[in-house]
Amino acid sequence: MSPDVIQAILLTVVTAATPLLIAAMGELVVERSGVLNLGVEGMMIIGAVTGFGAAQITGSPWAGVLAAIICGALFSLPFAVLTLSLATNQVATGLSLTLLGLGVAGMIGEQFVGLPGVRLEAVNVPFLVDIPLIGRLLFGQDPIFYLSIGLAVGVWWFIFRTRAGLTLRAVGDSHGSAHALGINVLRVRYLAVMFGGACAGLAGAHLSLVYIPQWVENMTAGRGWIALALVVFASWLPLRVVIGAYLFGAVTIAQFHAQAQGVAIPSQLLSALPYLATIVVLVLISSNRRMTMRNTPASLGKPFVPDR
Amino acid sequence: MTASASEKPGPTPLLAVEGITKRFGDLVANDAVDFDILAGEIHALLGENGAGKSTLVKMLFGSLMPDGGRIVWNGEQVSIANPSAARHLGIGMVFQHFSLFDSLTVAENIALSLEDDVPLSTVADEARRLGEVYGLTLNPEALAGDLSVGERQRVEIIRCLLQEPSLIILDEPTSVLTPQEAERLFETLDKLKAEGKSILYISHKLDEVKRLCDRATVLRHGKVVAHCDPRAETAKSLAAMMVGEEVQAVRRTHDAPADGEAGRDVVLGVRNLDQPPLGPFSTPLRAIHMNVHAGEVFGIAGVAGNGQSELFEALSGEQLQDNPNAVTIGGAPAGRLGPNGRRRLGAAFAPEERFGHAAVATMPLTENILLSRHASDASAYQSGGRLGMLRRSALGRTLARVVDAMDVRKSGENPDAGTLSGGNLQKLILGREFDRRPRLFIVNQPTWGVDAGAAARIRQALMDAATAGAGALVISQDLDELLEMCDRISVIHNGEMSEPLDARTVTREQLGLLMGGAEPEKHHGVAA
Repeated sequence: MSPDVIQAILLTVVTAATPLLIAAMGELVVERSGVLNLGVEGMMIIGAVTGFGAAQITGSPWAGVLAAIICGALFSLPFAVLTLSLATNQVATGLSLTLLGLGVAGMIGEQFVGLPGVRLEAVNVPFLVDIPLIGRLLFGQDPIFYLSIGLAVGVWWFIFRTRAGLTLRAVGDSHGSAHALGINVLRVRYLAVMFGGACAGLAGAHLSLVYIPQWVENMTAGRGWIALALVVFASWLPLRVVIGAYLFGAVTIAQFHAQAQGVAIPSQLLSALPYLATIVVLVLISSNRRMTMRNTPASLGKPFVPDR
Repeated sequence: MTASASEKPGPTPLLAVEGITKRFGDLVANDAVDFDILAGEIHALLGENGAGKSTLVKMLFGSLMPDGGRIVWNGEQVSIANPSAARHLGIGMVFQHFSLFDSLTVAENIALSLEDDVPLSTVADEARRLGEVYGLTLNPEALAGDLSVGERQRVEIIRCLLQEPSLIILDEPTSVLTPQEAERLFETLDKLKAEGKSILYISHKLDEVKRLCDRATVLRHGKVVAHCDPRAETAKSLAAMMVGEEVQAVRRTHDAPADGEAGRDVVLGVRNLDQPPLGPFSTPLRAIHMNVHAGEVFGIAGVAGNGQSELFEALSGEQLQDNPNAVTIGGAPAGRLGPNGRRRLGAAFAPEERFGHAAVATMPLTENILLSRHASDASAYQSGGRLGMLRRSALGRTLARVVDAMDVRKSGENPDAGTLSGGNLQKLILGREFDRRPRLFIVNQPTWGVDAGAAARIRQALMDAATAGAGALVISQDLDELLEMCDRISVIHNGEMSEPLDARTVTREQLGLLMGGAEPEKHHGVAA
């Protein structure tokens, strides 16, 4: 294979992985605060449809990105109000959020079906982009890819290197103790949930502005669920989420090529391969149970009701 | 008993509480409570479980808002809206159920309670320095989840001291410490007092209060019943104030021979019971070996988290053993049997956690009785063969028997278990087992968080069962309780059990050393 072909394949891998990475990073912050939001898929598709719509109306893909982020965060608010202020069951509420999101997005998106989209164009750094093998990979990608890398580094730095991140981990570990120390548990969780919504929205925008610049109903196609699974299998560690997302992207692309080449493996099995491979690898690297326990938010999914 | 300090002229108290009231629904947790604390004073807040001590303290620390009354700090009325406001005033708190974050390091735990964003290395240095000053050694890099209870408390105290408070509130600080650890805590507190800091010391342990405190305020059912000088009172008179009546001393109705061996049946035999740790914060069991005989009360002392829960689960059948003979009940191998199989052999169990382990809060009492007896007494409570239809009338009769035998106080005929107070629920949980007349009782922390009256009843029932020929294994952190009830006492430390000691001759110091992990031979060297 020539360097250009290899680079082209790697580019498709990265493009497949980016929305997973962004949505999973957001959900990682949410879960680190002790909240399990199963509405990622719903928030993501809301981001996809509002991003597409705003870009369509204004003609600016950046307006689409902004709209997707804002709408994703706003769409997470009903979940936050229900599970945090009213202490409803997080699993049931999250599932409803996904169903609601898919429905609302389908409704909004009806008018966009079949319209040509506005593509968020790749950044092309002159000269550097022409370096063989890595030029386009490093210097010629869409802006959301660079955002996703910044997001991954930023989330890691925030969680492990800042006071606010320590507070976030503390709230996820024991909301009772955090409350006793005077930390405003609900405020931390509201902010975390909205950050998760904003990330899911951005991931959706990547789908409808970069990946396939058009609106197709159900275009998230379960990516929100994969992002959720990635967070758990990555033991709530940002670096492992990155590994998991790219691995998933790589195996997805590899099995496409394998199917195209007519490899004598049933196509259903090949389609299942990305899921299997990602889970197996992440489980293997999480075999250190101590490490896993240390990073598992102990109050994940438990509602917090202050006693006053 | 002297009059309230507010009547006598003197220096302005550091903290004065006037008519503080707190209601939870119909329950008045604090009813017009008054007391004050002077600078450089150790003030005791005495009362039974449920007397309202914790509620009062939460209001002083801003975790709860009072419904009435006022708090005066240095002569000025203040409103303490949240813990951060309390810290700004100079009030620090060491919690009863330590409020540490298991998955964070000691330094991170401490940093969280500081207002400013201090670098972790600075926090660690400062914690080490304070630790040296007050004799509270700790490792700032250690994970909180790996610390022993005593170490966790040290972290809490250091965390509190770093904020340079003028009033430190300690909520039942010795409930989880060995006598030696408690003594070290008292030395630290004396040192703090000498520096002019005030301490509010919450406890129901009378000898500690007499040893440590200058004044005491006694609470009962949310009301102040007395202000007194604990040194001028006897433990008995303090207890009478707390409980409001004389607590019945437990009658010793039997005396098993100390060696227990001669001619008595072994109702519980444990041989070389090994168990690896079940999770990252769990203790392994190492070569546990013991015999509990018919007619004997066998005690297991130890500081919390040394393998008591793991041992209980191994004995109750919640954790199975590989070797069927590792646990024998009445001589029959039980190592491969689950809880129901072991119950059928005549064993009865009462675990530590009342809800979630022993009882279900949202089920009525009859169904809670059935929970532990559906298999061992299947013929009594079920009819229709495989259909397993419940015989409600039989359950109702059992409930009546249990309520009568154990004096369980409940509202209504058959209320949900969640409506019972801790003491009454515990009486029900033990009573449903006594009612079966089993030959072996295994109980974990039978009187933890139970008021004195209910505790006396539970102990008496256990001793009466032993007199009637059953064997009882009592796991407890309360040395007084074990010394009162048991014929032999063994100490569990880090998953290992000591040789059994004769309860009539053993001293608290001996047990304390074993609880701290000292080998029996090394007594003299370590005791100093």
